[in-house]
Amino acid sequence: MGYVAIKGGEDAIAQSNRLVEYYRLRDRSEPLAIEQIQGQFRLLSDKIMGEASLYAPEHAALVIKQNEGDVFESAFMLRAYRATLQRRYWSETLDTRAMFVRRRISSAFREIPGGQILGPTRDYTQRLLDSSLVRETLGSIEEFLSGFELPLDPTALAHPRCLPKVIDLLTSQGLLRPVDGDADRRVVDVTREAIKFPAPRSASLQMLARAETGGLMALAYSAQRGFGSTHATVGELRVGEVPLRVRDARGRVRHVGRIRLTEAEMISKIRVRAKDAVPYLSLGYGLCFGQNETKAICMGILDRAMRTGGDAPCQSQEFVLYHTEGIESYGFTNHLKLPHYVTFQSGLTNLRQAVERRDKKRGRLGFGMSDARAKEQPTA
Amino acid sequence: MITAEKFSHTYNFGFIDEATKKEIRRKILKATAIPGYQVPYSSPEMPIARGWGTGGLHATLSLIGPEDVLKVIDQGSDASVNACNLRDFVRRMTNCRTTFDTAEATLIQTRHRKPEEILGEKQIIVFQVPQPEPLRGVERFEFKTRQMHAEADYAKMWVSLYESYVKFGAIMNGAGYPVRVNGRYIMTPSPIPRWDVPNLSMAPCLHVFSAGREKRIHVVPPWTKVEPLEFEDVKFRVEEFAEVRCAASGGDRAFMDEIYESENSRKWVINDSSFLDKIRAGHRPPQRLFSNPEA
Repeated sequence: MGYVAIKGGEDAIAQSNRLVEYYRLRDRSEPLAIEQIQGQFRLLSDKIMGEASLYAPEHAALVIKQNEGDVFESAFMLRAYRATLQRRYWSETLDTRAMFVRRRISSAFREIPGGQILGPTRDYTQRLLDSSLVRETLGSIEEFLSGFELPLDPTALAHPRCLPKVIDLLTSQGLLRPVDGDADRRVVDVTREAIKFPAPRSASLQMLARAETGGLMALAYSAQRGFGSTHATVGELRVGEVPLRVRDARGRVRHVGRIRLTEAEMISKIRVRAKDAVPYLSLGYGLCFGQNETKAICMGILDRAMRTGGDAPCQSQEFVLYHTEGIESYGFTNHLKLPHYVTFQSGLTNLRQAVERRDKKRGRLGFGMSDARAKEQPTA
Repeated sequence: MITAEKFSHTYNFGFIDEATKKEIRRKILKATAIPGYQVPYSSPEMPIARGWGTGGLHATLSLIGPEDVLKVIDQGSDASVNACNLRDFVRRMTNCRTTFDTAEATLIQTRHRKPEEILGEKQIIVFQVPQPEPLRGVERFEFKTRQMHAEADYAKMWVSLYESYVKFGAIMNGAGYPVRVNGRYIMTPSPIPRWDVPNLSMAPCLHVFSAGREKRIHVVPPWTKVEPLEFEDVKFRVEEFAEVRCAASGGDRAFMDEIYESENSRKWVINDSSFLDKIRAGHRPPQRLFSNPEA
């Protein structure tokens, strides 16, 4: 083995891996059960399943445990695991009208057919620390549950039901119109095909659905703050379970289970070019795994923004889709920790020669070195 | 709730499933047929982070067979942590033999260096590529760069080289110097130092360049002409390590690392660890060397 500054790589890796495990366990606290993570870190699991594009709540809980709760690392690991699974079926198109709705709101209308359903949301909690959680026990959990469940009469509970869509109201009045009839409607699979620009909407929505929530929010927020012209309203935001069906080898459609989804339909006004034409409304669409309303809403804003021409970052499909891909940007920004001495050396020899050439030239022109240095401006 | 069966997953030979490996091999064949052209491919997720050599792994895992002997290099060295990690991963997924010896390897995955030793016809070298698009510096949109390649419109590239000369007195591209392959496509040879660039041309081995994050594969086939971009009067130049000798072996004429042991002690050591080992063992393997044109 030659001379290297960083030597003994294999042993160093092995020791580092053991150290990680030690840091996770050194407090000797009760081991976290997968069920606990799946249940009590529900929103974290949902986020990770979305970014990994693998709907597997138990596996999500496992990676959260393994990675000490690091979201990027967990989504990354789950997505890598996903790549090893054989693809046996493609699902039939999901019908979100068939969703068993747990939560559904509209900011566009005060009253909607079927009613607004608040469901589980932290939107109206006061963000105060709850110190009683420090002393939470199985007993206190049981107490809450019986207090919640006992007064309920199971026979009187409404069955989960499907509800009409808010956007149907607007569509039937002719206010909401499809905006790009000649859009590229090919269905491509971004997990199997490199994306090319301009990308069809199917690819664009898939990439948004896999994107990192924070990255999406940064760009969607920029659209609302004036870098772009999207003023969206939540037409309908719904969370619930949707039946999933696949077509088997003999062509029969089979129900394979349900998955929890968040769907956002964001309404915005389309300006028209012609002089006396009336503006109309159109949709930006967001759909993601689990309950992740921020993501669905930001997807809706960006879907709309990307289909509106303009110079803002959020209006460029390439800019939005490449830079919100969390797992790719995570890996690449962290690769800066790898050694770069060969490539750096290559630039260094150039730079030294440039300095030499400059010094020679100055020498010829009779500048004093110190004078010349003092005048130097930093260059970009 | 969780059954043991659910988590008893076994991995395919080479990690990637057979259908996807076949797809990647077909894309490598296509790239070989059109030297220097960037072929899009599926780029499945790897358990190694994006930007840490996933593209190289895709090519390596698709090409490797049980009888192959693998070498992994990171910036010239087999022993650096990333090289160890990648080599360990491929070994676990294939049970292949691995080596540090450049001559013994049938398949070499490398990050940012081509070995000093001449590679033979039976060897394949896979480069990890962070940024496959040579025009990225002059055109940030992919759909435009693809058009420019299609039309062989490289005017912006030439202008940028010229501007660099006017501003700095030389073409300042360091590693990843742009080259023209087989008289047609301009490509960026991973970021290998300029020292390695002349060794791509008319080489007996197959060079596969694979960019995972950007989902592109390009290839320099054996015995293919690769010319660095240069002007009639401003020539391509490699890094010069003039009057510098390797502190570990006394050798010269190789790419050198600059080593600082304290603030004032600078020494130089041959970067390619396998090459250095051989020199120290007393025989210098054959090398193809390029001499800078007289300034």
